[in-house]
Amino acid sequence: MLILVAMGLLLIVTLIPFLGAILVAVLARLGRTHAAWAAGFTVLLSFGCLLPLAGAPFAGETIIQRLRWLPSVGLDLAFRFDGLGLLFALLILGIGLLIVLYASYYLSERDPLGRFYAYLLLFMGSMLGIVLAENLIQLLIFWELTSLSSFLLVSYWYPREEAHNGARMALTVTGAGGLALLGGFLLLGQIVGSYELSVILQAGDAIRADPLYRPMLVLVLLGVFTKSAQFPFHFWLPNAMAAPTPASAYLHSATMVKAGIFLLARLFPALSGTDEWSWLVGGAGVITLVLGALFALFQHDLKGLLAYSTISHLGLIALLFGIGTPLAAVAGVFHIINHATFKASLFMAAGIIDHETGSRDMRKINGLWRKMPYTGALAMVAAAAMAGVPLLNGFLSKEMFFAEAFSAATHLRLGWLLPAAVTLAGMFAVAYSLRFIHDVFFNGDPIDLPRTPHEPPRWMKVPMEVLVLLCLVVGIFPAQVVEPLLTVASTAVLQGPPLAHDLALWHGVNPALAMSVIALIGGGLLYWGRKPLFAFHDRHTEGLDAERIYNALLNGLFAVSGALTRWLDTGSLQRLLTVVIAAALVLGTAGFLGDPVPLTGRRPLLSVDGVSLVAALGLLAALTGVVVLHRQRLVALILIGAVGLVMALIFVKFSAPDLALTQLAVEMVTVVLLLLALYFLPPHSPIESTMTQRSGHGILAVAGGVGAAALTWAVLTRPYDSITDFFLANSVAGGGGTNVVNVILVDFRGYDTLGEITVLALAALGIYALLEGLRLDGPVDDPKGQPWDADVHPAIMAALARLLLPLALLVSAFIFLRGHNLPGGGFIAGLLTAAALIVQYLANGIAWGQERLPWNAQRFIGVGLLATALTGLASLLVGYPFLTSAFTHLHWPVVGDFELASALVFDLGVYLVVVGATLLILIRLGLLHRFERRSARARQGTAVSGEMP
Amino acid sequence: MELLFALLVGALTAGGIYLALRARTFPMVLGLTLLSYAVNLFLFAMGRLTIGQPPVIVPGVSGYADPLPQALVLTAIVISFAMTAFVIVLALKARAEMGNDHVDGLHRP
Repeated sequence: MLILVAMGLLLIVTLIPFLGAILVAVLARLGRTHAAWAAGFTVLLSFGCLLPLAGAPFAGETIIQRLRWLPSVGLDLAFRFDGLGLLFALLILGIGLLIVLYASYYLSERDPLGRFYAYLLLFMGSMLGIVLAENLIQLLIFWELTSLSSFLLVSYWYPREEAHNGARMALTVTGAGGLALLGGFLLLGQIVGSYELSVILQAGDAIRADPLYRPMLVLVLLGVFTKSAQFPFHFWLPNAMAAPTPASAYLHSATMVKAGIFLLARLFPALSGTDEWSWLVGGAGVITLVLGALFALFQHDLKGLLAYSTISHLGLIALLFGIGTPLAAVAGVFHIINHATFKASLFMAAGIIDHETGSRDMRKINGLWRKMPYTGALAMVAAAAMAGVPLLNGFLSKEMFFAEAFSAATHLRLGWLLPAAVTLAGMFAVAYSLRFIHDVFFNGDPIDLPRTPHEPPRWMKVPMEVLVLLCLVVGIFPAQVVEPLLTVASTAVLQGPPLAHDLALWHGVNPALAMSVIALIGGGLLYWGRKPLFAFHDRHTEGLDAERIYNALLNGLFAVSGALTRWLDTGSLQRLLTVVIAAALVLGTAGFLGDPVPLTGRRPLLSVDGVSLVAALGLLAALTGVVVLHRQRLVALILIGAVGLVMALIFVKFSAPDLALTQLAVEMVTVVLLLLALYFLPPHSPIESTMTQRSGHGILAVAGGVGAAALTWAVLTRPYDSITDFFLANSVAGGGGTNVVNVILVDFRGYDTLGEITVLALAALGIYALLEGLRLDGPVDDPKGQPWDADVHPAIMAALARLLLPLALLVSAFIFLRGHNLPGGGFIAGLLTAAALIVQYLANGIAWGQERLPWNAQRFIGVGLLATALTGLASLLVGYPFLTSAFTHLHWPVVGDFELASALVFDLGVYLVVVGATLLILIRLGLLHRFERRSARARQGTAVSGEMP
Repeated sequence: MELLFALLVGALTAGGIYLALRARTFPMVLGLTLLSYAVNLFLFAMGRLTIGQPPVIVPGVSGYADPLPQALVLTAIVISFAMTAFVIVLALKARAEMGNDHVDGLHRP
């Protein structure tokens, strides 16, 4: 059955409209006709690519095309082409082509045609993606894309309020449904163990027996019902009529609203056959069917009538799938075809009438028969198909529908209700179809129309003619015209052997025929007696509206979130931080309350030695100093430096030489950085918080501290298992280095490191951007009111620093080279180099430094990032995963055995980024000083020389 | 020793939280610095405390400190520096644009 084709023709079919959308958007600048031709050509091209495959479904084959995408999580880009996919692809591309032609006449010169076609093609590609998907997650992505692109189409005339309101509503409802559908698909994937339709469709019994079946079904159906406008989610569809009529004809009759129905059909073998399925799908279907037909009659807007009629017909199809028998499913598929043809042509008729008269109000539009008989005749045939008049396609599927509803009712208690409801809906369908014809084309003369109507341009009618012709041909010669397509599509839906069904016009006198006759006669009577009905409707149905509930919910949601935001965020950072920290404390504590565990674990403890105790006391003293004296900023800064130094000692003590070196270098750079910044900030912090606030913060701080300490204690006293043994065992063999920390950084977890230095680079560039053009005034004298020392760069310091430079660079080179085997490496060496250079800048001034190091720091960063990325790519080139390292040992004279690893180049990149970022940050801050001093000098006229304080 | 280490983490956290809640930018940056010390020590603690066994492979030696938290903390230290730098520059920018160094960018006399 399954033919695995290596080539991705289906992918191409799906992608062409997306590419075409870009092409159209570009070509639209050349003129309207260019855009229209490009759009039409795109559709034809996509169709042409589908043609070579079109024979397969008729030969009983299902084509699966697969491209590896994310194999590690079981996601392939997989396409599926069977009878159902073929049917929908034909609808999407065929009606799409007609819409392209129609829209070029419908949209006026003022409307940007290119934008419309681009959105339309985006939508078309998304729809194709849904119906050709093999993988459920992939299907969902395209599903969401249809929601997004239809949002763009509905809001096409976005300055109009109803356009953006309608678009937002459609997006909210279908988007929420999409989320539910994602949940449903994930559950389905859990149940089956695969997201592939081929697997899922074979696993129906297991799915139905699974305890997760019910929640999964509800979630999937939420997605289906929202998309296909089933009660109670139907209200977005009439509001989406704010879209240009070609979009309505396409989205809201033939395609998008059918996506939900498509999913019902697609998952029919996997999900149907349970009571839950019948009641949910059938229940929603029958309510939607009846309510939609009822409401449709009372609409005065032409498109409103068609929208509610569409809702009703979608309910009809859902009900057929809900009934769940194979024949009902066949009838459902058949009605999908028929509804798409007659409803699209009716929308086009409504568009022509709107276009020609300037109105869609049926109370004004009357007697158009004399003005546009040709359009009227076409519309009449389509409306008759909608009503289910014999010799038209709508009649055939409606007969099948009536028959299925009747036979399903025999198994149910109060079963007669179903055929009764169905017949009632049929009567209303006849009535609103009659209204569409009688009210518009007869019923007196037009009232106050903005334009004098006449027949539309010749080619504007062609799409309608094609569709109406289909209605007729299918209605009269069903067996010859539609039978083969219907058979393959139903076979795909049922996943079984082809089902015998009889598409004849005459089945003899049977209940279905009786229901048809009752509907036709009753519908005529309903329309005849419409005046009291309309009066009744106007008096009593105000407020019977799901839209109101939606609006109330939405407004409530806005109000609640607004209130919550205003309560949390009063514009005070202190308050926000307090809330965050308090919440973290509460949640952290709550986590321990449920299941009390001993705080202390069983790991043997280390004994305390004197030196450690002294160091800890030193840290605590410095820390206390920072907190108590934080208002004197310079003092606090010096003390925090001391804290950082003890940190380095802690790392030395606990076997982390790399960390100690890093901490030491970072500490130095940080203090210089904060000093530079402090120059521009007030030297003291005023007392601002009240005593109560400060006590509150103090309590919060102590609580947080106690929590952190308890957590640390709990961790430290527990034994643990780690993946470390792998790193220790493979460091030399696999990474070629004995310093495991460095090997992890540049080899095992090289990808992480690449990410981290990218963050570092971004931070540096961000700072560069922030400081660009910044103007700040620093004090012209020191906090005691004395002028700064005139000798900014003392000669002794300058001379010593210069002497130190080669030594420091040598050390950093040494640290860098030995990093793979002994403590050191790119990070540390980079920080050391940066520190050495910063000392030069401090001692000699920035101008001095920049003259001698003309390379700007950004270039260091760029080259460094490139080096790391290229090492990664190099391993890709020779066929290994990204960032695999290689190494070899060279024997150099005198030096001895020397290891050469590709990781060294990676580490060099790290080194360059660290040097570049650190220098960039500090030099930019320093340059701020130079500017400031110069301006201060200019103002003061004092002879303050030099650049750095 | 573990108790001492836990106490230090707690003290650094407490000091960090208190300073981070101050109303002016500079003490707040100091608070963030203290907090990142605390976090780095805490992360480091995930590998437990080991004395005199640096993770540098020497033939014949079997016990090593856990290198994985060390590698994590090493990059964390560097990133903390980048964050501190970014925040302090943000503070300078706020000072330049708003004329004060209040964390809310308001001038409260």
